[in-house]
Amino acid sequence: MYRYDEFDHQLVNERVAQFSGQVARRLSGELTEDEFKPLRLMNGVYLQLHAYMLRIAVPYGTLSSKQMRMLAHIGRKYDRGYGHFTTRQNLQFNWPALKDVPDILKDLASVEMHCIQTSGNCIRNVTSDQYAGAAKSEIEDPRIVSEIIRQWSTFHPEFSFLPRKFKIAVTGTPDDRAAIRVHDIGIQIVQDDKQNIGYEIYVGGGLGRTPMIGKKIADFVPKEDLLAYLEAIMRVYNMYGRRDNIYKARIKILVHEIGVEEMKRQVEAEFAEVRKAGTLHLPEEEVARIEAYFQAPAYESLPDESTELNKAVLADRDFANWVKSNVAQHRVPGYAIVNISLKPIGGTPGDCSSDQMDAVADIAEKYSFDELRVTHEQNLTLAHVRKKDLHAVYEALKKHDLATANINLITDQIACPGLDYCALANARSIPLAQEISRRFADIERQHEIGELKINTSGCINACGHHHVGHIGILGVDKKGVEYYQVTLGGAADEKTAIGDIVGRAFTEDEIVDAIETIVTTYIGKRNEGERFIDTYRRIGVEPFKESLYETH
Amino acid sequence: MKLIKNGEFVEDRFATVGDEDDLPDGPVIVSLERWQAEGDALRARNTAIGVRLKSGQEPTPIVEDLDKLDVVALEFPTYRNGRAYSYARLLRERHGFKGELRAVGNVLRDQFQFMVRCGIDALEVGDNITPEIWAENAGSFSLYYQPAADGRETVLSLRHRLAQRARERAAV
Ligand code: HEM
Ligand code: SF4
Repeated sequence: MYRYDEFDHQLVNERVAQFSGQVARRLSGELTEDEFKPLRLMNGVYLQLHAYMLRIAVPYGTLSSKQMRMLAHIGRKYDRGYGHFTTRQNLQFNWPALKDVPDILKDLASVEMHCIQTSGNCIRNVTSDQYAGAAKSEIEDPRIVSEIIRQWSTFHPEFSFLPRKFKIAVTGTPDDRAAIRVHDIGIQIVQDDKQNIGYEIYVGGGLGRTPMIGKKIADFVPKEDLLAYLEAIMRVYNMYGRRDNIYKARIKILVHEIGVEEMKRQVEAEFAEVRKAGTLHLPEEEVARIEAYFQAPAYESLPDESTELNKAVLADRDFANWVKSNVAQHRVPGYAIVNISLKPIGGTPGDCSSDQMDAVADIAEKYSFDELRVTHEQNLTLAHVRKKDLHAVYEALKKHDLATANINLITDQIACPGLDYCALANARSIPLAQEISRRFADIERQHEIGELKINTSGCINACGHHHVGHIGILGVDKKGVEYYQVTLGGAADEKTAIGDIVGRAFTEDEIVDAIETIVTTYIGKRNEGERFIDTYRRIGVEPFKESLYETH
Repeated sequence: MKLIKNGEFVEDRFATVGDEDDLPDGPVIVSLERWQAEGDALRARNTAIGVRLKSGQEPTPIVEDLDKLDVVALEFPTYRNGRAYSYARLLRERHGFKGELRAVGNVLRDQFQFMVRCGIDALEVGDNITPEIWAENAGSFSLYYQPAADGRETVLSLRHRLAQRARERAAV
């Protein structure tokens, strides 16, 4: 993975020094909370319902074991012994004291981590595929270009006060795990017929109160021009994005209002100028330097089949289920990708205790080249595990309640913080996710239901990505009472879709039964081996409407 | 209000005049509208002149006039409105403006360095800003990942030079 050189180190240290000074001025009373707000918001410090929250960047979701251990340490020393992995592959601490933040930042800096690009109306931390470097159909490791973008966008002097926050996601495979079409910019790595690598660019995707699917504005931007192209998009957005209304300030609204063709024309015109100036031309030498950090680890040459694995699968039914749902194909024979669920039955999606972080770090060190990934679905991934080690990894994870066999199943839910942490919430999200999780606790039943993603947001801001859940749940407020509105058929993959509202919202007492009804309807209608989302696409919303509302 | 020019606290030679105001003697900064309406008369006065662009007034209409202007003042209605950073870079890098590029409006210390990097060489700041505050904030960072209007060497170029030196050393 990427390692800082002296320059990267120095920049982060300068940032820590700067923010430490600002915190000191706040604590001494020299700065009021109002004056301090923009400063803390440039450093990942938010004010939530009950306390400050610190958001730590995990660039493109990759962590070393050492970094994970530092997060565990911070959770123990400065927080309540746990952290929360977010839908943007970041980590949040919900209860740090402001006076400790400079020390936390120093601890982070010692392992090449920081809170830069986690808040404010800047280009945020770039997100990417958790299977980077391991996915079978990968054209190029997306972390290379993600790191190049990270550096270019860090403290960008022109783009630190954009109309709104700005999110870029990159994927290197045709099957999209990074949800690139619901980002402000989505980058799909492609290859032309001469094997040259370039980038297909999507712009104007996003969720929130006006969900939009990103539109393609470039089929092939050559590697050396990527930053020039991105700078062109950013400049058009910075100059013409709306600033009169924060709900209309994302780039998706600009693209929607002027149309994708006009957007493309403006970007192309700006790109031609930026390219002519030449200063953003990406030198091969730098690309090669960064590429070198993401070279494949020293894989052993192994037979693709592992007899140890086959035996264990036959002997241990729980393990077999886990392999079925949590283990994915690796591009190298004899290896596998392991997903670690942070969605234990009845737990808070994405929460991870310091002890669990330490355990995962040890397992990664021993079995997966010392490296971990955070997924946008709020889980963790070990990217390169030998198949013959899978059972040992499973046993090790099980000891720490980390072996729930539910990846992509109905209890692998995304949920926003909701009413428990967030002043804007209409309804609780986490307790609902927990209740659904308990209702469908039976692992055998979950496997029988198959792939099904439930996403919950406590309000229209959509932090829980409800629009793109196969089943989406949105908290709404009716005269001071919590209700839940259900959407069906959303998806955030290469066939991204915004879910359809199924009908009248459900009360707190009805909602879990409603989910049960949706599942039963699907089971009744599905063809053999058909996933929920495919059944939905085939039969549409009507059958679900009928079964949901006929008895009410 | 204080004016910082090239890092020095200086007297403001220019009077900023409203569209209805009589023109005082000496250098003035006028709105884009007034420049467009009275440009010839303003130039005939033979004093230094500046144009002030509101946020949302991109530089395109004055690009042909830049050699006649001593100052372009860019408005930041709130520090959160960053449009003028793009205007500044375009004026400097694309249109080659050599005169004074002045930030006016809600210019806060945390933005000093970004502004300078975008080619702004003069800033109208609050009376609470001292030379110490300027120095501290204009120099918060000593390294830059991306090229901008200030032409400062980027990390990329530093790396390149470092690698080259290493290669040369290895060669001898
Ligand atoms: C105190 C209230 C809020 C809380 C606790 C909260 C929580 C979160 C969390 C945990 C994330 C994932 C963050 C990351 O790692 O970057 C997130 C993302 C997001 N939030 Fe919020 N949020 C709050 C307020 C808002 C507001 C006011 C808006 C919009 C006006 C908003 C819109 C979003 C959007 C659009 C995303 C990202 C979804 C995506 O594109 O990935 N949130 N929020
Ligand atoms: S979706 Fe709404 S309730 Fe949930 S965290 Fe975001 S702002 Fe808060």
